[in-house]
Amino acid sequence: MRERRAFQDARRAREFEAFVAGAAGRLLHAATLLTTEPADDNPRARKLLTSALAQTYASWDRLRGEDPYDRARKELALRFARAAWHQHRGYGGVLRHLGPQERLILVLRLYEGVGEEQVAALLGLPMERVHAIHARAMALVLHPPRGPAPAAPLGDAGALEEVPS
Amino acid sequence: MNAQARREREVRAVLEAAQGALPPEIHAEAVRRGGRILRRRRVLRRLTWLALCLAMTVFFVWALLARPWVEPPSGTTPPLTGW
Repeated sequence: MRERRAFQDARRAREFEAFVAGAAGRLLHAATLLTTEPADDNPRARKLLTSALAQTYASWDRLRGEDPYDRARKELALRFARAAWHQHRGYGGVLRHLGPQERLILVLRLYEGVGEEQVAALLGLPMERVHAIHARAMALVLHPPRGPAPAAPLGDAGALEEVPS
Repeated sequence: MNAQARREREVRAVLEAAQGALPPEIHAEAVRRGGRILRRRRVLRRLTWLALCLAMTVFFVWALLARPWVEPPSGTTPPLTGW
């Protein structure tokens, strides 16, 4: 029993290290886009990624064929969605004009290449809504509003809605 | 559709730009916290089993002592008929 656990621990450590070496850079960039921090100063994105990776590590033995990258990305997105209401906007970064939900959907759809249907299922939103938010987010990136980013009040259309668990 | 694809390509290029390096402490910290979650889960599972075993033992001891399946002796005298 003890031997089996030691073997399992060693295998998990080995596989997880390889996974982090290969995938965490891309996930960190995604997290940095979400938190709108500059690429060289991103403590919030690092924190977000670290908790998502810790959860992925904890469920490593029970993935049962699920792609660990998918799991980590899902963990990251849901963590951001849960915490988005107290995320401020306007740190900098290319997505500073977007609200948290617009950033999340844009990053999942275009940077991560997740399908509209999966994004809708992940966030518990109707597909039409995901489509509309995605279109709005794209328009905001291509034609950013002039002047400083508007400080949207919490609970406004820009803020993230409750995500049913 | 073509314009849509072009727009998507433009936005994707914006998103891909300026990637930072991965700090090495993220891996170590994730393993440390993930290991803690695993240990906590293991302890919780053990405690749950322990509680279940304890509850079953208590139930069997009570059942053997109280014998709830035995019909309790009748408190009333049956009616006297046919004599």
